[in-house]
Amino acid sequence: MAEAATATGTAGAPDKSRRQRPAEFNVFIGLILIALVFEVLGWIFQGQSFLFNFQRLSIMVLQVSIVGIIAVGVTQVIITGGIDLSSGSLVGATAMIAMSLAQVSTHERAVFPALTDLPVIIPVAAGLICGLAAGLVNGALIAYTKIPPFIATLGMMVTARGFSKWYTKGQPISFPTEGFASIGAGMNPVLIFIIVAALFTLILRFTVYGRRTYAIGSNEQAARVSGINVEHHLMLVYAIAGGLAALAGIVLAARGLTAQAGAGVMYELDAIAMAVIGGTSLSGGRGSIIGTTLGMLIFGVIISGFTFLRLDAYYQEMIKGAIIVIAVVLDVYRQRMRGRS
Amino acid sequence: MSADDRKIILRTEALTKHYGGVHALEAADFILRDGEHVAIVGDNGAGKSTFVRQITGVEQPTSGKIFFDGQEVSFKNPIEARDHGIETVFQNLALADDLDVPSNLFLGREETYFNLGPFSILNERSMTQKAVGALQTTGVKIPDVKNKIRNMSGGQRQCVAISRAATFASKLIIMDEPTAALGVQETAQVENIIRGLKKRGIPLILISHNLRQVLDLVDKVWVWRRGRIVGAVDRDKTDGNEIVSLITGVKSGIDGEAAFV
Repeated sequence: MAEAATATGTAGAPDKSRRQRPAEFNVFIGLILIALVFEVLGWIFQGQSFLFNFQRLSIMVLQVSIVGIIAVGVTQVIITGGIDLSSGSLVGATAMIAMSLAQVSTHERAVFPALTDLPVIIPVAAGLICGLAAGLVNGALIAYTKIPPFIATLGMMVTARGFSKWYTKGQPISFPTEGFASIGAGMNPVLIFIIVAALFTLILRFTVYGRRTYAIGSNEQAARVSGINVEHHLMLVYAIAGGLAALAGIVLAARGLTAQAGAGVMYELDAIAMAVIGGTSLSGGRGSIIGTTLGMLIFGVIISGFTFLRLDAYYQEMIKGAIIVIAVVLDVYRQRMRGRS
Repeated sequence: MSADDRKIILRTEALTKHYGGVHALEAADFILRDGEHVAIVGDNGAGKSTFVRQITGVEQPTSGKIFFDGQEVSFKNPIEARDHGIETVFQNLALADDLDVPSNLFLGREETYFNLGPFSILNERSMTQKAVGALQTTGVKIPDVKNKIRNMSGGQRQCVAISRAATFASKLIIMDEPTAALGVQETAQVENIIRGLKKRGIPLILISHNLRQVLDLVDKVWVWRRGRIVGAVDRDKTDGNEIVSLITGVKSGIDGEAAFV
């Protein structure tokens, strides 16, 4: 007991302490390579550059930025070790709700004839609140009933889609006020995506919320015994994901000047794919909004690349599916390489 | 014996835990005094970990009382136990593999610049400085504290977990099998850290299967068998054989020669 009480660290342990290259770097290389393939194919088959065309690049980003907004929320859910299948349906439901409160009075068959020409804040707030509430329900189900996130959000996915169809008995809702329509005008969806992505990059990196999100996905038991209220935190994360899906729904409705029950179908899978391609691990604990943004751009490059090469749209989906599988396989492989689960 | 004059830190009275029909813990009367290092030994399923889960608030006992630092307590969760100054090094380490050392040390009690609820901004600089200080105090050397736990060896991980407990424990540290998964050299380091805690006068409950280690490190050994305490022997008055007899039930500490307290 009287021996010198000086431990000397862990000599003899192999040098595993070297920091690893961030996963985002590999995704970035992937993005560059895919873009270069299209650039080369462009010169061969179309006789023009794929990348050096500002209009094409803006459309490319515009096409994916709405799903990108969802993906920012989905990324956080996946970092906690969960999944959110409800976001596409929430896009549809919140688009319907927001649009029904954003109609002009001159339209004869408004959903709520008494509630037309409202200031833009009302439809936006209504949509966001519904999205947050739906996300909160997802989170509460997962945290307190301990049902798998897959099932909880699958239930919400079907329910929200059903709600969208019931809301106007399948009729699309159109004729928004100018103020509402301006949300989706021009490059505004891209701007909104950039703001959302930047905000949550900072939040995940520098706040208690971010640190605990990673902690829960990394080792939920550890988070629990460390005094983190895991239930409350999961509810917050899913609510944020629901809120961002609602934001995407609002932007989508405003851009298309119409909302329909089928809006946002399969968006949840695109959003999950963007996150996974961007290096977010489906087993939780790892991922970033920057990675997801790169994943989103890979999606954008593939879609506009196929259009540019005038290839059949059906190939796009098949290639997209293959890329998702490849991304997950790479994730599993990365983890096996680490030697620990 | 002068040891008996020391203040009682932890005392349980008829502490009992049933999981349905399984009687994991039966009427445990346990005493720990200030500055004392004790071990809890026993076969698998003897109730050691169950006991720890009751006194750290991870689970709530079926019946019985827990007195900590002079007053009766019933911790509803580990946070309450922690707020009372009890720190636990769990068997499964309880570290978040994807976070670095400071984040793990301060997990659940992050330091922030100002309070914005969950969106409070982390004071990384202060946490990193304190983490480096904490590792020094416990005598742990980690080359790069900003490295993720995932990239560290088993010994380094255990040292981080113990440093966390040692840094925040004001009144009691509990370690559940701290060296079970470690090599010889790493085990020696952890044992040195435990000796350091003894010098600093922090009471410790050590759960271990390793009798050599137990007899080497602690003042008193509590032996458990089938959910019951079957004996408590002073380290100086016993040997491995007696403890093994108690563990296996060949001998009962209450009726036999062992100095039951």
